[in-house]
Amino acid sequence: MPLAIDVHDLVKRYGTRTVVDRVSLAIEEGRVCGFLGPNGSGKTTTLRMICGLLTPDGGGGTCLGHDLVRERDAIKRQAGYMTQRFGLYEDLTIRENLEFVGRVYGLDRLKQRVDGSLERLGLATRQKQLAGALSGGWKQRLALAACVLHEPRLLLLDEPTAGVDPKARRAFWDEIHTYAAEGITVLVSTHYMDEAERCHEIAYIAYGALMARGTADEVIKESGLVSFIATGPGADRLAPRLRDAPGVTAAAAFGATLHVSGPERAPLLAAIEPLRADGIEWKEAAPTLEDVFIHLMGQAQDNAPGT
Amino acid sequence: MIGAGFWRRLGAILVKEVQQLRRDRLTFAMMFGVPIMQLLLFGYAIDTDPHHLPAAVISADDTTITRTIVSALTSTGYMDFTHRPASEEEANALLQRGEVQFVVTIPSDFTRRLVRGERAQILIDADATDPMAAANPLASAQPAVEQALRRDLTGPLAGHNPKPGGVEIVLQRRYNPEGKARLNIVPGLLAVILTMTMVMMTALAVTRERERGTMENLLAMPVRPIEVMIGKIVPYIAIGSVQVTVILLVSRVLFDVVTQGSIALLGLGTALFITVNLAIGFTISTVTQNQLQAMQASVFILLPSILLSGFMFPFRGMPVWAQWLGEVLPATHFMRLVRGLMLKGADLADVSGNLLALTAILLVVSALAISRYKMTLD
Repeated sequence: MPLAIDVHDLVKRYGTRTVVDRVSLAIEEGRVCGFLGPNGSGKTTTLRMICGLLTPDGGGGTCLGHDLVRERDAIKRQAGYMTQRFGLYEDLTIRENLEFVGRVYGLDRLKQRVDGSLERLGLATRQKQLAGALSGGWKQRLALAACVLHEPRLLLLDEPTAGVDPKARRAFWDEIHTYAAEGITVLVSTHYMDEAERCHEIAYIAYGALMARGTADEVIKESGLVSFIATGPGADRLAPRLRDAPGVTAAAAFGATLHVSGPERAPLLAAIEPLRADGIEWKEAAPTLEDVFIHLMGQAQDNAPGT
Repeated sequence: MIGAGFWRRLGAILVKEVQQLRRDRLTFAMMFGVPIMQLLLFGYAIDTDPHHLPAAVISADDTTITRTIVSALTSTGYMDFTHRPASEEEANALLQRGEVQFVVTIPSDFTRRLVRGERAQILIDADATDPMAAANPLASAQPAVEQALRRDLTGPLAGHNPKPGGVEIVLQRRYNPEGKARLNIVPGLLAVILTMTMVMMTALAVTRERERGTMENLLAMPVRPIEVMIGKIVPYIAIGSVQVTVILLVSRVLFDVVTQGSIALLGLGTALFITVNLAIGFTISTVTQNQLQAMQASVFILLPSILLSGFMFPFRGMPVWAQWLGEVLPATHFMRLVRGLMLKGADLADVSGNLLALTAILLVVSALAISRYKMTLD
């Protein structure tokens, strides 16, 4: 499969701060790749470099076969970038926004395309409403519709579902998969684990560096993480006693149960040993993506210079 | 009604406001820097009683007496005789272009008539578009001339000393014979209103995109800076043109200010001036972070356009450095152009200098705007 995104060693600095540190990323065409990482880890900056909004301070590569720096215009014409913050005009109607985007890209059959897009969105009856009057979920779906109006080959979505309710999120992701089925490559940043699991593959970035790459299962397996679940009376209240114990990367209450994970079995078992009492039952379980990410975040922090 | 809670909550808001203000460095700097700069600038620059105004003299009668008269006029401090045109036409052209404020004409039989004890006349043509600039020099002319003649015509010449009223100075207030301030104000207002609205509107239009977060989306699309700039500016050119039409119509109906010169030239000059202002507004928007800063920066352009352009105070009353500053302002050139066209009936040749100046400013500002506007978010 040809690569839609093929960038290597991307670096971006603001003053002395390195926001993105030698990130390499290759994504095959037609794949949905989840881009994960803590806040401020460089996801947005990386996306902006890929779509030509920022000039990398180092590294380079191609996006849809076009050079990242020299062929910005060509990339902009064939990629759709959805900003984290609603980037359309709240004081234009839904229809006017789509028409504006269509005109900027110089699309033919504009009316037809906009009509089609409104139909697909299910906003045909509300097309004369101001975009600012839409709810958060609808705004995001409108922004996505605007992004794909020019039939891009690549979609770069920056936390498109932040603050959106589960039903709207599901609708949004259904649309992402529809586009992927049409052959569009999608790179989408998110904080939601369920969304990460809906991606073909994920890339995890922390403190500017790429930490993990692969399908969700691969990422979990490669982490080598061991997890235990404790059930029983008061199990969920044990978290504070485990959190700082050696060998434990994460201990968190999930309802009445407690999830504990660590990189190695022996130290983890040693840590929970004192808490095997009073009817609390410990069972080994498969680590979740969230466990892995919290673990990776801790690792990255240890490696990050100056922290 | 005011309980302890009131002061606590008030304090909370106060602290928050101060913290926020401190973060917005540019606004903070402008709040203190701009007034001080303006105080110094305008305090030194503005003089409502301008001296050393350029004047031309046509003397067809070169005698001791006429030389005495010219030096008497010079010694009032109001007139500097910078030109000695050979003909009346040449003198008129100087006045029309605004290169001189006064033309003093001494007729060929002046000395003869004076010596014979007849009534001798001197003609002073003044550019009275700005009544303020012309008033004092004209008022001082008659006493200065009489005094000088009394002093100089001594000895054998004493007999020729003119009787009171022997020398008559005929004043002609050109372009604004009644000395009406509004004739001068209306063209100036045109410049000021356009500066105010045009600069501010574009400055805000672009900054708004940044503040609302739509700029990032716009930049991600294949659109070039020049396209954004022209696209943003053109609607305001139309708005500005409507403004001008309304101002001109209203001043015609209510103030009887009738445009003497070519309407087409006025249109051309106005279009150029509007475009310059929009380009300035666009440049401001590339520097400022938010709409508040854009607003303040616009006022920073507006104030000198009112005070240093010759709108409020006579341009020639300012020290040379302030005049140079005024020359850089598009409002100065536009005001001259409009006054020329509306009051003096100027033609293309008379206003071509102003048009050129506006074009030059436009080119410089546009280049600045385009170089500042970034295609990326870097």
